[in-house]
Amino acid sequence: MENKKVVMDADGIDRSLTRIAYEIIEKNKGVTELVLVGIRTGGVFLAERLQKKILKIEGVEIPMGILDITLYRDDLQKNPKKPLLGKTDIPFSLDNKKVILVDDVLFTGRTIRAAMDALIDFGRPKMIQLSVLIDRGHRELPIRADFVGKNLPSSLWEAVAVHLTEKTGTDEVVIEGTV
Amino acid sequence: MKLAKKDLLGIQDLSVEEINLILDTAESFIEVSTREIKKVPTLRGKTIINLFLEASTRTRTSFEIAGKRLSADTINISSSTSSIVKGETLIDTAKNLEAMNPDVVVIRHSAAGAPHILAKAVKQAVINAGDGSHEHPTQALLDLMTIRSKKGKIDGLKVAICGDIAHSRVARSNIYALTKMGASVAVAGPATMMPRYIERMGVQAYSKLEEAIIDADIVMMLRIQLERQNEHIFPSLREYATYFGLNRKNISLAKKDVLVMHPGPVNRGVELAPDIADAPFSVILDQVTNGVAVRMALLYLLTGGN
Repeated sequence: MENKKVVMDADGIDRSLTRIAYEIIEKNKGVTELVLVGIRTGGVFLAERLQKKILKIEGVEIPMGILDITLYRDDLQKNPKKPLLGKTDIPFSLDNKKVILVDDVLFTGRTIRAAMDALIDFGRPKMIQLSVLIDRGHRELPIRADFVGKNLPSSLWEAVAVHLTEKTGTDEVVIEGTV
Repeated sequence: MKLAKKDLLGIQDLSVEEINLILDTAESFIEVSTREIKKVPTLRGKTIINLFLEASTRTRTSFEIAGKRLSADTINISSSTSSIVKGETLIDTAKNLEAMNPDVVVIRHSAAGAPHILAKAVKQAVINAGDGSHEHPTQALLDLMTIRSKKGKIDGLKVAICGDIAHSRVARSNIYALTKMGASVAVAGPATMMPRYIERMGVQAYSKLEEAIIDADIVMMLRIQLERQNEHIFPSLREYATYFGLNRKNISLAKKDVLVMHPGPVNRGVELAPDIADAPFSVILDQVTNGVAVRMALLYLLTGGN
């Protein structure tokens, strides 16, 4: 049974990202030492968009990197299917940088745990802050986001999907019925 | 995605999709080796035994580094220090190693088929690191990876493989690999080093080096196995170098953007003139770098998940 509800449309996503961009600049009192790291794959497109918005506001293009967390997952031994490994590309040092980690949906927090472990392997950031488009709750680890597009209380039996133009051709956030 | 296999025994039984999966995964692993901290926690708590019953520096070191960069514990066993010298059979050695619960056994053996026997005897993943004159699948995979990253494709390229084709597991694995991926393969070597009916493997065979390398995109030179000199398969090194050595003159027959490859160790001045081995179009050291990534990819794809 097709049971799909749009909870955020293209304009909604864009307004949220604009607000997050301003919040990032406000909280960090400018863009000095700021870098963006997008988590594959959804987080990468969102990080690119934030980079553009910050450039528009402050006139500075802050560095952006791409992180694949597969090698740091805590379920590799349990899962008989090996997730396809993507490329990590962080072409700058993270030492003493304020890292804005970007992902599309914050759920159990396990992805963010893996991402933080990976970041630490790249250097010693001054600070790591987390930006997500959707926070759907159900945390299994003590992790919270610093910048949230939309809080979306959801049932564990629902799937929250963030569709982005770069990947699927449309910008929308949907809740899909029983999974 | 996962390789639908317990072991990696040869290229012959890999599909094009599986080869592509290994190469794509390996490309993502390249980055790990460029980090300041060259280690990821992926295979923490896994044990890899490198059972090298034949001499090797490159392959053994490469497997060991690959395992360590994935945080696995790697143990090396070489023939001189193993119970094989006390007369233990391969199966008994394997059964004893199995009893210590490793996760992967990497084996190099002078007998063709030894990894296959081992794979049947133990429940762990077995990786063939070279068996006699049969196959050397990880070498062929790292060669494919090097070609793909330098040329952007493999399909439609012309590859010449030259030297001791008959005794070369590198040649055999590469012929399987390259023809599967759509390259056309020419082989050349002295008659004593050419297997009969080699054309049945889907290659063009030539008795002169020059004929094979005309318009080649890739020239892959094989190591002349000096230890075989007393088998009288070639009269002298000088004669071999004259007729089957790659040099500044005959390389000009190949395409302008030709790449020269060699599985190592190189006999300078025999199969490769020194200036060719060091030329900018020689990718011998890229092959070694890619070897670590290919082996990391295989260890990742063949372990875990029950």
